[in-house]
Amino acid sequence: MRLADSLWTEWKIALRFLLDNRMQTLLIMFGIAVGSAVIVFITALITGLQANVVERTLGTQAHIRILPPDEVNRILPATDHTWSLVLESPRAQRLRSIINWQNVRDVLDQDAQILAVSPVISGPAIARRGVARASVALLGIDPPRYQRIIPLADDLIAGQFTVGAGHAVIGKELARDLGLGIGDKLRLDAGEGREAVVDIAGIFELGVRELDARYVYLDLKQAQTLLDLPGGVTVIDTTVAEIFEADQVAERLARLTGLRAESWMETNGQLLNALASQSMTTEMIRVFVGISVAFGIASVLAVNVVQRTREIGILRAMGSPRGQILRVFLLQGGLLGLLGSACGGGVGWGLVQVFNLFGPRLFTIPVDPTLVPLAMLVATITGVLAAAMPARRAARYDPAVAIRYV
Amino acid sequence: MSETLPASPANEVLRLEQVRKAFNIGTPLETEVLHGIDLRLNRGELAALIGPSGSGKSTLLNLIGLLDTPSSGELYVLGQATRDSDDEARTHLRNQAIGFVFQFHHLISAFSVLENVLMPLMIRHGKPSHADIDLARGLLDEVGLAQFADKKPTQISGGQQQRVAIARALVTRPPLLLADEPTGNLDTRTAQSVFELFHRINAQFGCAILVVTHDPRLAADCGRTIQLVDGHIVSDAANSPSR
Repeated sequence: MRLADSLWTEWKIALRFLLDNRMQTLLIMFGIAVGSAVIVFITALITGLQANVVERTLGTQAHIRILPPDEVNRILPATDHTWSLVLESPRAQRLRSIINWQNVRDVLDQDAQILAVSPVISGPAIARRGVARASVALLGIDPPRYQRIIPLADDLIAGQFTVGAGHAVIGKELARDLGLGIGDKLRLDAGEGREAVVDIAGIFELGVRELDARYVYLDLKQAQTLLDLPGGVTVIDTTVAEIFEADQVAERLARLTGLRAESWMETNGQLLNALASQSMTTEMIRVFVGISVAFGIASVLAVNVVQRTREIGILRAMGSPRGQILRVFLLQGGLLGLLGSACGGGVGWGLVQVFNLFGPRLFTIPVDPTLVPLAMLVATITGVLAAAMPARRAARYDPAVAIRYV
Repeated sequence: MSETLPASPANEVLRLEQVRKAFNIGTPLETEVLHGIDLRLNRGELAALIGPSGSGKSTLLNLIGLLDTPSSGELYVLGQATRDSDDEARTHLRNQAIGFVFQFHHLISAFSVLENVLMPLMIRHGKPSHADIDLARGLLDEVGLAQFADKKPTQISGGQQQRVAIARALVTRPPLLLADEPTGNLDTRTAQSVFELFHRINAQFGCAILVVTHDPRLAADCGRTIQLVDGHIVSDAANSPSR
């Protein structure tokens, strides 16, 4: 007999057995549905949360920052047969430019793994308005390039993103502290008599208090003058295509340029650690829920096999091969997994929508369209695997004994 | 179904040659239940197998029905030696050549009466054809249950269930029908009607029927009575026609 014909019969018997034990079937399907709903919801929630956290973190910083190497003391090696005791004070790190930064920029522009490159000059200053003072960080940028790293224009809450010709863009907190509005004047003092007065062209809100209170965006030239680094930049910001490969790319860039390269993964070690622990927790929840669902299916089918001992015996006596009996119970396991997870997947998806609509609304959880089908596939396979033991037992029944089973 | 059964010597459906069956072989509990059974059954015969409890009737029927294998000796079904064939071959032969009726009807409760009758054909070749369904309905009609075709087995009486089981055993048109105390669970009147059905089927389909029974009156009605005592056939004779 062809397998397709045999499968027709097996499908029919499996379906009828499930329908015949309606209460049992419904209860275990409910269990599977709850399990898959939890898995779908938790997966969507955690994936969404992590994507959101990463996006927010990287929304305000470069993936990799290229910096000039730290200045260190050069200590003469001791001559032969002499000992030297060294008492060393670490060098103060003055603000200085990346040497040949234009060349470095051009090299990075050609790199396939890097999406955007933006040279920046940044340094400290005091912002004054009337008697109010605030310490700020000056950032001299090339706007089109910088926008590709941090889309600042999207975060503007007032004015426009213009930094050339004596204009500056400042954060919301700084504007509040100094009582500044669009068009107001702000005096910047970078020390040693280097001062400038700029017009406020725009006010942004990145959502990070520290940045909103300290960042003052200027154009490259004005910042270079204020910070006394004519023609220089202190850092080259870059973004990469694969954010989780940033540390490897950084390592490569450091070797390539001879400069320091800091990846976001290095500067956000704790965040990465938290994300990894969270992923592990989710994974454990998924595995344990999966295992309990599998045991549920296995135990229901084990009971089912015992209940149907005589019927299995009669099927065998009528010429049903062992493989057919095996497949009848494997199919039941698979069907339970499939139908249970279809309901559960739907419920999980619904829960996500409810969370998005009525939840805390801190962020929305996107549901990956493959999540529910994938959960159903895994549940079906789990069902078949869980059915393996009871099914093997059923297939091994001695028909002569099974028929007389009471 | 296009498969053909193996050619057999004229009329012979079943032949047992020195069949022995022992249990717990190689242990101190080894017991031989059947001691060298020789038996032949021809097409169209209706034979009763009688004997006291523990005489080995069920063991013998299990061997004949290919549900169990002899410890020694050879068993031919339709001329085909079976002792050394594997489970798959025996299962196939069971489906092709043998119909079973058990003491407890053993209908499958999840299926309707008609589907129960069709089950051996579904096992054989999957989805039943229109011809299969017509055949099954015809058999239900033959056993007087055409109007119960769509009922569940639990919705009909014990005697009716047993008749459904007989229709199911016949649906593959087996050359050999085995019945293990088919009336053991039924009242006298119903038992009588089931036996009458066996006679009618025997005459109509020409299949060999071997019935295990406790009831000497029912046995006397069969064309031949085989008596089994302590694992030996002590008598095997044609009955004088009383019908």
